[in-house]
Amino acid sequence: MAEVTMTVNGKSVTKSVKGNTLMTDFLREELRLTGTHVGCDTSQCGACVIHVNGQAVKSCTMFAAEADGAEVATIEGQANADGSLSVIQAAFQEHHGLQCGFCTPGMVMSAAALLKENPKPTEAEVRDYLEGNICRCTGYHNIVKAIMAASGQDVSSIAAE
Amino acid sequence: MYSFDMESPSTVADAAKALGQDEAQALGGGQTLIPTLKQRLASPSVLVSLAGIAEMKGVCTADDGSLAIGGGTTHATVAAEAGAYAALAALAGNIGDPAVRNRGTIGGSLANNDPSACYPSAALGSGATIVTNKREIAADDYFQGMFATALDEGEIITEVRFPVPEKASYMKFEQPASRFALVGVFVAKYADGVRVAVTGASEEGVYRWSEAEAALSANFSADAVPAAPSGDGMISDLHASGDYRAHLVGVMTKRAVAAAS
Ligand SMILES: Cc1cc2nc3c(=O)[nH]c(=O)nc-3n(C[C@H](O)[C@H](O)[C@H](O)COP(=O)(O)OP(=O)(O)OC[C@H]3O[C@@H](n4cnc5c(N)ncnc54)[C@H](O)[C@@H]3O)c2cc1C
Ligand code: FES
Ligand code: FES
Repeated sequence: MAEVTMTVNGKSVTKSVKGNTLMTDFLREELRLTGTHVGCDTSQCGACVIHVNGQAVKSCTMFAAEADGAEVATIEGQANADGSLSVIQAAFQEHHGLQCGFCTPGMVMSAAALLKENPKPTEAEVRDYLEGNICRCTGYHNIVKAIMAASGQDVSSIAAE
Repeated sequence: MYSFDMESPSTVADAAKALGQDEAQALGGGQTLIPTLKQRLASPSVLVSLAGIAEMKGVCTADDGSLAIGGGTTHATVAAEAGAYAALAALAGNIGDPAVRNRGTIGGSLANNDPSACYPSAALGSGATIVTNKREIAADDYFQGMFATALDEGEIITEVRFPVPEKASYMKFEQPASRFALVGVFVAKYADGVRVAVTGASEEGVYRWSEAEAALSANFSADAVPAAPSGDGMISDLHASGDYRAHLVGVMTKRAVAAAS
């Protein structure tokens, strides 16, 4: 066991973890932040995407001990301080960017990382960035549309499918 | 996963010492090793994380003009900062997906030497030098077949030096499920000749296609690329037959030559 200290959604947390505790288990089991989902557990699906020091990573493929000293952001920290949805979350709702919602936390976290890096992406850039995020329901069109809308671009010409 | 302890040294010297322990193993970005640990295909007693070693990170131009990349540098950093060798930056920027690129490292990729990985073709195709905590290894001596390299137990890749070519390009025929190369070809034109390295195809792992190198050194054009090699000794699996991979070697080499800049 080793002690780790990190900031999660702005709050400092210190816990003892085993060497082999995955970041997903740390968030879900230790901190009870169950918004970060585990779809594949093999780094394929992206349901577990969080930000570590501002960068999108798959939390199923990272150990909690590796986040010692880091700034961590999860889906639970995305809403505005007053509890209203963030611009990206609101756009997912508005444009029906989700059906079952299982992939959504990872999609929103990937979208947030993309828009920080590239505030006005093209549709092709959005699709390329989401390569590691798999959705079994929506067929992606509305997810892409939501992210384009969240970036402030006109999406009226993107077909709703 | 079996249980293990984690150590996070901040210097190469301390990491080398930690790796001297029984059953110790290096942890780079974990993008290959963590799935392996989950499958219980590895059972280290100690994982030595290299992520906190500042001297192993970053991209810079060395005195001899080659591009030096720290062994712990992520694919995302290479994509963003290796502009002096555009084909290499583009290769790094097309590995896996953004989240994988934010963690995975060049040292981890070369140490693993997956037969379908991208970086081995760049290192071999550029005649790179793999620098470890003990010695310098020429790429031609480094790759020794699927998942096999010249590295000793506990040896750490601290840096990789790439001579910058006049022109180069990497063409990857992507296996869409894994995002690895079904076949990838790295072509680099240097003043003293052309190098062509092929990944994803051979059962021997990454290799140099010497017939294409000779033909392209004489005439650097897509038309000069020789007929595709035979499918004997090529990987055959549910994604593609050996013959199809051999065919792709020819096609991807032509495309790489046509795109080289
Ligand atoms: C979804 C997905 C898609 C991917 N797509 C591609 C792709 O398209 N192309 C591609 O090339 N790769 C791909 N990869 C693999 C990825 O590039 C890995 O990051 C890389 O192969 C391993 O690097 P790592 O830093 O994560 O190493 P780790 O997983 O940490 O380690 C791998 C091995 O290398 C050893 N090691 C690590 N660092 C060093 C070092 N500095 N010196 C000595 N030994 C070391 C470890 O002990 C271990 O044996 C993909 C991976 C995933 C999960
Ligand atoms: S659960 Fe992490 S990528 Fe699928
Ligand atoms: S909404 Fe169901 S998996 Fe994406």
